Amino acid sequence: MTESGSASAARSDASSRLAGWGKVLGIFGLLVAIVVTTGAMNPRFFGAENLENVLQRTALFGIIGIGAAFPIVTAGIDLSIGSVIALVATSLPLLLDAGVPAGAAVVVVLLLAAGLGVIHGLLITRLGLQPFVVTLCGLLVYRGVARYIVDDQTMGFGSNHDGLRSLATGRPFSIGALDVPAPALVLVAVAVLAAVFLGRSVWGRWMLALGRNPVAARYAGVPVERVTILAYVICSLLAGVGGVLFALDVNSVQPASMGNFYELYAIAAAVLGGCSLRGGEGSILGVVLGAAVMRLLYNSIVLLGIPSQLEFAIVGGVLLLGAIADEVVRRLAEARRARERARARTERTT
Amino acid sequence: MTTRLSARGLVRRFPGVLALGGVDLDAEPGEVVALVGENGAGKSTLLKCLAGLEQPDEGSMTYEGGVWAPRSTAEAASGGVALVHQELCLAENLSAAENIGLGREPRRGWMPLVDRQALRERAAHALERVGATFGPDVKVERLAAGQRQLVEIAKGVDQDARVLILDEPTSSLTSKETARLFELVHQLRADGITVLYVSHRLTEILELADRAFVLRDGRNAGHLTRDELSREAMVRMMVGRDLAAPAARAEAGGAPRAPVLELRELVTDAFPAAAVDLQVRPGELVGLAGLVGAGRTELLETVFGLRAPVSGEVRVEGQPERFRGPRDAAGAGLALVPEDRKLQGLLLEEGVRVNTALATLDRRLRRGLVDQAAERAVAAAQVDRLGVRTSGIEQEVQTLSGGNQQKVVVGRWLAAEPTILLMDEPTRGVDVGAREELYLLLERLASEGLAVLFASSDMEELLRLSDRVVVLHDGQITGTLDRSVATEEAVMELATGGGSRVEGATT
Repeated sequence: MTESGSASAARSDASSRLAGWGKVLGIFGLLVAIVVTTGAMNPRFFGAENLENVLQRTALFGIIGIGAAFPIVTAGIDLSIGSVIALVATSLPLLLDAGVPAGAAVVVVLLLAAGLGVIHGLLITRLGLQPFVVTLCGLLVYRGVARYIVDDQTMGFGSNHDGLRSLATGRPFSIGALDVPAPALVLVAVAVLAAVFLGRSVWGRWMLALGRNPVAARYAGVPVERVTILAYVICSLLAGVGGVLFALDVNSVQPASMGNFYELYAIAAAVLGGCSLRGGEGSILGVVLGAAVMRLLYNSIVLLGIPSQLEFAIVGGVLLLGAIADEVVRRLAEARRARERARARTERTT
Repeated sequence: MTTRLSARGLVRRFPGVLALGGVDLDAEPGEVVALVGENGAGKSTLLKCLAGLEQPDEGSMTYEGGVWAPRSTAEAASGGVALVHQELCLAENLSAAENIGLGREPRRGWMPLVDRQALRERAAHALERVGATFGPDVKVERLAAGQRQLVEIAKGVDQDARVLILDEPTSSLTSKETARLFELVHQLRADGITVLYVSHRLTEILELADRAFVLRDGRNAGHLTRDELSREAMVRMMVGRDLAAPAARAEAGGAPRAPVLELRELVTDAFPAAAVDLQVRPGELVGLAGLVGAGRTELLETVFGLRAPVSGEVRVEGQPERFRGPRDAAGAGLALVPEDRKLQGLLLEEGVRVNTALATLDRRLRRGLVDQAAERAVAAAQVDRLGVRTSGIEQEVQTLSGGNQQKVVVGRWLAAEPTILLMDEPTRGVDVGAREELYLLLERLASEGLAVLFASSDMEELLRLSDRVVVLHDGQITGTLDRSVATEEAVMELATGGGSRVEGATT
């Protein structure tokens, strides 16, 4: 390779590494815009109490959003997240009431959630069922089971489990006037682990590869079935973690409504954060930012006195704009590639 | 009597390929005209032009004395030229009658409703004419391959086809079904219908055809009347007289080494009746020849663990292996560069680095994680070694040329340092320059001790590269030709199921 060749190679490497950050930067810009606008129009936004609240909600939805990203990376989907949350959130107080120690109860419900993920994964890989169908059935079944096991009774933890509840309600330390919610620390831990797993571990890299092209991945020796199952296990496990935290946070679990629509919030956060439903693409940082944007939007609707009935319409509108922007960027990149190809051809002939 | 269908000087170009370079054809009423040629000789393109699936760039066609220029299969069929596809194109969820009448359903008066009774009667009549033993109401998914073919032919008959084109009609038929099809062809001929018959199986052509057109490289290579028809004559014309002499390659010196790959009575799911015995030694380049559908891909995929063998054994360095998937095979030192690199090989939206590293990600770990520095180094090393022309290891592979894409897949597997390299169509879609580079690379790898087993439809490639050519026909090895006796005629003879008369072939 000539010198100018390796120079342009270095340039192209750098630019394509930057391109991977494009989506994350885009969503970060959106986040900053919402913060600035809302803060300018209502200074209460920057109040410690409000920020703490936004942080708390972002943490909870960020955790399940990260979970949702894994099936999406494999070009699948998990619609059962909200019902897994409901099942976990009702099972946990039920176990505690039965006298199971707090730590053991949490482990049991998390294992239950992970087990549901294994079932999803096996149905999808071994039986070849569609992820949409499998997890839609999960959505219905777990909701029904959650309501049945507690006979539709509202469940809570009373005041006996304050130690356990501090996982969700605790404020372990402060930054200035801001008391940092405990779930935010859980989110940071989950996000770091997930990001290292997806970007740097063999299994994460396999997941990204099979999301791009499952046939090629199989021909290259990737254990496609096991990796796919793992994606659904991670998703359900994080839904379980979310379910525990949501339940401890509200202390009043209504089986019929707990976690309703949360799978859609989680999927929206993942998509907003740059996961393509075509698979093979996703950044954990993006998903966290996506979850933050969703919560910030909700927060500004409240603070700016926008009729709260419009919440879904606004979130939907932002998501649609994000999708359109993504598509426009993709087409521009395609046009650039076509030019590159043409240039490569002329270089070869000269 | 006017000629029923004729073509003069048909030319059809595809990007970079001249599929038809001025082909002539004539077919009279009530005759069976065979079309013969190697893979890629232009048969399919010619048929598609006649049946309206493709439009020729130059040349003219006439039908019953008038100009013939159908723009679609529907237009061709309503004019009287029906094509029965090699892969049967039927809606499996519909009944035979619904398939026969598809797109031409009788209506109930002015209403947009199908007159089911009329449709059934029409279909029943067509099915009776082709000698079907099933009724019009049976769902196609419940029919066997031969019966489905009858539905296709009945569809043509129902459209009053005067020219019926059968493209490889027997490729998925049992011998009994084939015999029935032949009876039907004879009967259609007696009814004055022209049958254009395309088959790789020369024995079928000898049995059926009134005459044959032989194509080679998109041109007419010859025409044989009934009296002139013989297997030898067809093979000679298919191959051409001026055979390119394969470039000389140094014979591997020294005593033959023990085979590193051994197939013992290996039976693939595609051909449950055919057992394959084959050995490949280190440093040997073995070519798998055969016509489309001869079972080459299935054999390679079975060896690589992508398909479970029905029975038999794969031995690597003398050890019997049971691969549950490509992962096990790769672990045992095998590598497969698949036939369709876009579908089976590449992550098109990813860069050279990601694609190169894919098969060996778990072999370069640092503290349990992918070692990114090593990953980049491996990708760069393969780019250098194979001469991949790229602007950098992050360039998306979909922007590379076919030859460079193929090198990326090869590099992925060389990074795994295999002892056995399996390749399916190593240079398909690769331009001439890059092709030569790949040949030199394979020869160098073989001289370094790699065992290479490759399937190819390209005769020049087979003769150029192979120390031995193993010829498959219907999943069975019909002969093995050593480099010294491997000629194009001999390979064709074996590939078309001849074989007994091939000099020097060992079976």
